[in-house]
Amino acid sequence: MPAQIIQSNTTPFKKLDIDPVTLDIIENALRNARIEMDATLVRTAMSPGIREQGDAFPLIAAPTGEMIVGQFGSYIGPFLDGYDGTVEEGDMIFLSDPYSVGGAISHSNDWLVLLPVFKGGRLVAYTSMFGHQSDIGGMVPGSMPIGATSIFQEGVRIPPVKIWKNGEYNDDLMKLVMHQTRKPDWCQADLNALIASCRVASNRVIEMCERFGDDVYFSATQELLARNHRAMKALIGQAIPEAKASFEDYICDDGKGYGPYKIKCTMWREGDKVILDFDGTDPQSAASINFFLNENMFKMFFGIYMIMVFDPQILFNDGFYDLIEVRIPEGSLLKPQFPAALSGRTHALGRIFDILGGLLGQGTPEFLNAAGFSSSPHVFYSGWDTREPGQRDWFQLFQIGFGGIPGRPLGDGPDGHSLWPGFTNVPNEFLERYFPLRIERYSTEPDSGGAGLHRGGNGIHMTYRFLADGDIAIHDDRWFVPPWGVNGGHPGMRAKKVLERADGTSEIVGNKVEDVAVKAGDLLHFITWGGGGWGDPLARDPEIVGLEIRQGLVTPEGAKAYGVIADAEGAIDTAATEALRGKMIAERGELPLFDYGPGIEALRANCEEETGLPAPIQPVWHNEMAEAAE
Amino acid sequence: MGYRLGVDVGGTFTDLLLFNEDTGAFWRHKTPSTPHDSSEGILTGVEAITAEAGVAASEIEYFLHGTTVATNAVLEGKGAKVGLIVTEGYRDVMQIARSFVPGGLAAWIVWPKPQPLAHLEDTMEVSERMGADGAVVRELDEASVRTALQRLKAQGVEALTVSLINAYVDGSHEARIGEIAAEELPGIPVSLSHEVLPEMQEYERTLSTVANAAVRPVVSNYVSNLRDKLEAKEMKGRLSLLRSDGGLMSSQKAEEHPVNILMSGPAGGVTGALWVGKNAGVKNILTLDVGGTSTDVALIEGLEPRRQRTTEVGHLSVRASALDVKTVGAGGGSIAHVPELTGALRVGPESAGAVPGPVAYGKGGEVPTVTDANVVLGYLPEDLLGGSFQLDREGAKKAVQTIADALGVGLMEAARGIIDIVNENMFGALRMISVQQGYDPRDFAVMGFGGAGPLHVNAVAKLMGSWPAISPVSPGVLCALGDATTRMRTETARSFSKLAKDTHVSDLMAVLDEMENQTRGELLADGVPESAITSEFEVDVRYAGQAFEVPLTIDRATLEKDGVEGLLARFDAEHLRLFTFNMDTPHEIVNLRAVALGIAPDLPANELPKGNGDPADAKIRDHTLWMDGEERAAVIYDRVKLKQGDIILGPAIITEMDSTTLVENGCTATVDPVGNILINLNEKG
Repeated sequence: MPAQIIQSNTTPFKKLDIDPVTLDIIENALRNARIEMDATLVRTAMSPGIREQGDAFPLIAAPTGEMIVGQFGSYIGPFLDGYDGTVEEGDMIFLSDPYSVGGAISHSNDWLVLLPVFKGGRLVAYTSMFGHQSDIGGMVPGSMPIGATSIFQEGVRIPPVKIWKNGEYNDDLMKLVMHQTRKPDWCQADLNALIASCRVASNRVIEMCERFGDDVYFSATQELLARNHRAMKALIGQAIPEAKASFEDYICDDGKGYGPYKIKCTMWREGDKVILDFDGTDPQSAASINFFLNENMFKMFFGIYMIMVFDPQILFNDGFYDLIEVRIPEGSLLKPQFPAALSGRTHALGRIFDILGGLLGQGTPEFLNAAGFSSSPHVFYSGWDTREPGQRDWFQLFQIGFGGIPGRPLGDGPDGHSLWPGFTNVPNEFLERYFPLRIERYSTEPDSGGAGLHRGGNGIHMTYRFLADGDIAIHDDRWFVPPWGVNGGHPGMRAKKVLERADGTSEIVGNKVEDVAVKAGDLLHFITWGGGGWGDPLARDPEIVGLEIRQGLVTPEGAKAYGVIADAEGAIDTAATEALRGKMIAERGELPLFDYGPGIEALRANCEEETGLPAPIQPVWHNEMAEAAE
Repeated sequence: MGYRLGVDVGGTFTDLLLFNEDTGAFWRHKTPSTPHDSSEGILTGVEAITAEAGVAASEIEYFLHGTTVATNAVLEGKGAKVGLIVTEGYRDVMQIARSFVPGGLAAWIVWPKPQPLAHLEDTMEVSERMGADGAVVRELDEASVRTALQRLKAQGVEALTVSLINAYVDGSHEARIGEIAAEELPGIPVSLSHEVLPEMQEYERTLSTVANAAVRPVVSNYVSNLRDKLEAKEMKGRLSLLRSDGGLMSSQKAEEHPVNILMSGPAGGVTGALWVGKNAGVKNILTLDVGGTSTDVALIEGLEPRRQRTTEVGHLSVRASALDVKTVGAGGGSIAHVPELTGALRVGPESAGAVPGPVAYGKGGEVPTVTDANVVLGYLPEDLLGGSFQLDREGAKKAVQTIADALGVGLMEAARGIIDIVNENMFGALRMISVQQGYDPRDFAVMGFGGAGPLHVNAVAKLMGSWPAISPVSPGVLCALGDATTRMRTETARSFSKLAKDTHVSDLMAVLDEMENQTRGELLADGVPESAITSEFEVDVRYAGQAFEVPLTIDRATLEKDGVEGLLARFDAEHLRLFTFNMDTPHEIVNLRAVALGIAPDLPANELPKGNGDPADAKIRDHTLWMDGEERAAVIYDRVKLKQGDIILGPAIITEMDSTTLVENGCTATVDPVGNILINLNEKG
């Protein structure tokens, strides 16, 4: 039973011709409304994950459900299809269960608020926003248990319910929900912030309707969708060949010793339409690294990448959806069957973008970027702070880390920056002021960016010194399969985590671990991956390599990847450099379009020696699952 | 009493405004800027304006100056070579910055990698560590300091910055490094982060301190050069510079803390608007400063402009108070284009700049701009600048026709479309500072100035519902007017970071007293007499855990009477206004600020002769222009000849030396006693 939309005024909107100027004005006003949603959110949210790091996503949609402005595409269609209830004036929908909305949000930590906007008894728009909650209960602080085998272990699951119903707030419901989390104060503030953002956008939409008239506003949204459809159609015709092209990449492991997991996507064009087929992707995992990928969301990712790679001037919306068909095999890592655990989906989400980049760029190497996504690496640290005599305070940190931006056609990848939109780091002085820890080191990791004419950005080496006993968890990837380089550029260096105990011992820990006890005085070195390199490293100006040695971004040893011989001060030995470069050119073959490193088997064979960790074991699926994925 | 001279150096023109403090009479002058050495243009202007006014340079008591010299040093990377000393483990603090990549998903593909203001090769670590509680974790290793300093010396740094972790809590390690630097690097200016900005957040504090150090030698050279040249011309009046927050500071102080003048340029227009507003009897004003490439907007409520704690320069956000001025890439030179793929009409942010400029300027411009659209529509008559400059209307038509063809509409429709879109961009910027901050624009007037502000102000007022639309007296030199009419100001801030429930009024008072003494002392040292100084305080409050603070102004008596509770009640009301909800979470008092102000000069405005309401004497000629879908008859007037009380029916154009005011169809302009033009909608009926 799809949702029933109740309107006291069911007059259909008139489709009017919109002049281009009015259209641009409305588009601009919608964009401003979206910016205002973001601003409202970060000013009123409380969890560092949202307020400092910006882990939240806004959307304004047409009454028909398509996204007009936003980032991740519309989930309203799947929601309406699966919601067995009414949508009425004065309602506000609240949900967090991915399985209720076809994966439109992809783990239960993301709380979503959806506000139907009515004017004169008619539905004129939806505004919506979702944001990552720092804790929603479940097995572990932070609610992203690596050890989970089902979604029931991952905290409170909220099916679509009405937080406001006909203008009345459902207090009991919210008490019940907030009772499930370890951080009700953060969750309440962040939820307030999501709601306030949706209300702001709703006011803006109503103002636009008042200024231009409902029919003009509605017609404009339809024309914006159509305009995007036309632009994307032209772009697809130019850029996507009819011949099939495939690209594949891996998630390193599942946190339980198995891996890597393959994600494969094949792309071709049939007439105006692009087919994106994930056939060949591994079956779902028994652990929590599954990523329930919504087809519409992937269409949006594809559209945005097309635009960014080929023509950044275009503004995107949902208008082009029927030009793309996405096929995801049931029971695969990207379409797991209920009740598979989903909380660790961030690794596959990140990998999807590298795959898109490789898939789209391989036909046009001049537009191709190297790989740079690991995941959105997380650190959790929680416990009781008893440093003040007589005090016992619960603390819980959830922090997102960053790696290196890949080498790009435009130039070097920035060091230690975010590939995710709007994300920022947390000031270390803020961390030290509000949590029992000290950040002893916050630097880039030299040589971690892949060598290339345009160097990949370096990853970050962040050293936490814990000042209270507690437990930590780490979520990261790209520790086994490196981020690839392109057009002759080298792969970036892999991620690594080292625990240096106060007693002087030291151990390498995995990149997906939890419930690791730490003592006051222990150090955690959280080292992220570097971006892949772009273009021939032997073509890079040796003086730049020398300068980067003086800057501490590259070491004299690392300079050899560029065929550069230099001392610790970055002074270039020109003769030796020329000789080395000559020798390297003579010995190497043709430059590969993609440099994935030595390949899975060699990585496996050398894993323990190179990473200090045992190689992941090739996962084997029961027939049922393997078949499901076919 | 004597004369005040306001001087604003912009990218193209240097504007001067000479003000007689007794009579309110003033003279204005515009002369081309001389970017290689701004003082040349300034001196040329000074000679011209004093000659015109018949005033000797020695009669000028105050030389008040807004300058973009610091801004440009940052934007163009022409600041000093700065050495940076940081805590061990933090060498990359500027390289990593906040890890933020602007734009949406995949925007990293097209984002240029920024270069830090202090180069990484000139950044050195020293061994030391302060805890967040102010306790020393590791003592300062002085040997490591000397090693680092000697390296920096060898690398030829021109200025030194020290920014250590947690120095906002305890700056003693920084202070000691400052002492050692005085020995190792004699003559090199040193900036310490806990002095420049004693606030939490290492990146922002470091950036602000580095920015200060980078522009210091540039500003210092600029100021001393200017001072010498002025003195050589017998001009011995006091030289003050306009701060980003709209106050003045002595040139000596500006040399030490140039981070406070990074947004000196746009602040001038806002302070000018304040003076105009006072004379026109308008207290709530949205300012619209339209230049060639961009438009600056700001909000003034109750004759008090909104300020913010950060100064945005390019992509950098420096922690120094500034007027809350938002900039959009929409100006007279903004280029109109129609991308092939979408067929949409886009205006800006690309600009034709001063060179080649709009097609109508005949300096080689070939692409259609906003100015060209104004010329095509007849809003800008062919002779600008009092006839000294002919516009190429035919060229402009040809350029705009390309847009019309791409859109499949007529020439005039395309031209008006360009104007509508650029007005909409300005509208968007004004909304950001009004509606989005919880203000109702209908409670405000809009004031348009800068070269093209008066051309757009009427249309923008219509969009905003903000009346009247004001074309102030001498809109082209309003910044210089602002420089001439504002007052001395200084401020200081401290992190407080305590829960309100654990805070007693006396805790606040103790810190406020100390800060008051400090700020008053600074003004006294700048020669402001004790009796002329007033103090104001601000307290930043938030719900504990939020990132956003609401600044609340207070005075001593109110704080004593209403206590901390009174403060919190005001916070709750403001939070409700901004965000539509309140919370049960405890309140946190985050920062305290003290401001010391010099006396505001009581400068009268010059009254115009009274007229009979009929502007016929000022009429230049009849004219036609295109508006509201058709050709319409209009009249062009000469602003200089208008009298107070004159009433002008739209559509009409009012020209003066450096600006053109457009009165739209359905609107009426009146000239107020001091020459401001106030435009209102005609009464319906």
